[in-house]
Amino acid sequence: MRGILLALAAGAAAFGVASSARAHAFLDHSSPAVGSSLSASPPVVVLWFTQDLEPAFSGMTVTNEAGQQVDLGNARIPGTSPAELRIGVKPLAPGTYLVSWHVVSVDTHPSEGTFTFDIKP
Amino acid sequence: MPSTLSNVGRAQLALAAALMITPIGDTLAHGFAGERFFPATILTDDPFVADEISLPQVSLNPPGPDGSQQTDIQIDLSKRVTSNFGFTIGDQWTRLRSPGLTSVGGLGPLQTGAQYQLFVDGQHQALGLLGLNATWGHTGRIEAGAPNFTTLSPSFNFGKGFGDIPRLLPYVRPLAITGNLGFDFPTRAASGSSSNPTTFNYAFALEYSLPYLECCVKDVGLRAPFNQMFPLVEVAFTTPINRGLGGQTAGTIQPGIIWAGTYFQIGAEAILPATRLTGHGYGGVVQLHFYLDDLFPRTIGKPISEWW
Repeated sequence: MRGILLALAAGAAAFGVASSARAHAFLDHSSPAVGSSLSASPPVVVLWFTQDLEPAFSGMTVTNEAGQQVDLGNARIPGTSPAELRIGVKPLAPGTYLVSWHVVSVDTHPSEGTFTFDIKP
Repeated sequence: MPSTLSNVGRAQLALAAALMITPIGDTLAHGFAGERFFPATILTDDPFVADEISLPQVSLNPPGPDGSQQTDIQIDLSKRVTSNFGFTIGDQWTRLRSPGLTSVGGLGPLQTGAQYQLFVDGQHQALGLLGLNATWGHTGRIEAGAPNFTTLSPSFNFGKGFGDIPRLLPYVRPLAITGNLGFDFPTRAASGSSSNPTTFNYAFALEYSLPYLECCVKDVGLRAPFNQMFPLVEVAFTTPINRGLGGQTAGTIQPGIIWAGTYFQIGAEAILPATRLTGHGYGGVVQLHFYLDDLFPRTIGKPISEWW
């Protein structure tokens, strides 16, 4: 039994290692952090992903509780950091803000997500 | 409106063509509904068509009522034909140990299935799938428990993430449930002296997505490997509904955990009998499961209809 398991595990590992492909991009972390409360308005919202992104099909918005867009519409992926997506925001008043992102990893896999952060009064 | 970045080159145009063929937000491989990712569960059939392979799944089942114990090594492949239609194929090697008897090993029955993705609702993190599975008779060793008749099993599989409930309940939002409702229709009423009843089957998996907690609810500081884990509990029951066996429900409860990586996931669950008919004691199952669409996104990981 142990031999069978080891053989299967070794084959499976080789199967996985053999590929140099990429995969779905998941949000790794962000600034402001997901669900965080800040005492001052951040100048930018930055997202870091688990995979490099395809610039033409990746973007994000930041909206306030009324659904009004408060970002500067300048979402971009820095050339030196292809797994990072950032956007500038206007000075934010106290309240809750929704970050909505959609990205496509460089192997064409799309993913999306939302989260909020708060600016304390 | 999501902002779109500039500098579209030829590579991006090629990508755009690819994305036009496979629309974003439509059916995605391996268990996405909007921002919700559903891992492949071990006991409960998944509510999505996929390009995935379990290689292998190893189960040590709890001792049965007669003291016999079964060990299975199983392989399952799921493959999309189109973005909404797929098939599955699987088989297993079984060893059956019965008290006072020599243990018997051999191949189990060949199992195949056809699946149609009824809907994917990203906004409500909901999935629905219709399946028709067949367990083929005379394709395994009968002494090891393989049947000498074919069974057809239609089912409805569903999934629902709770991410769309109000953000006032943040720590409930990572929860999700998947489930199956279905029947087994044997093509032979009896095998020798034993009846082959039609059965009603139902299974559920309740999972707590730590990746969803981290990405979409609150960054509580989890890092790898914990931010890729899904604690879960699965239950599955089967109840005969005819041929004099009504009410003899068998089932298991399986608490465990799944870790989902970029190209594969690993799952481990305890197997606890839920009824006296199922057995006693406990068992366990482990599974190594690969995402073919992530491993081979430009070749065999695509739906077959997009190979040419």
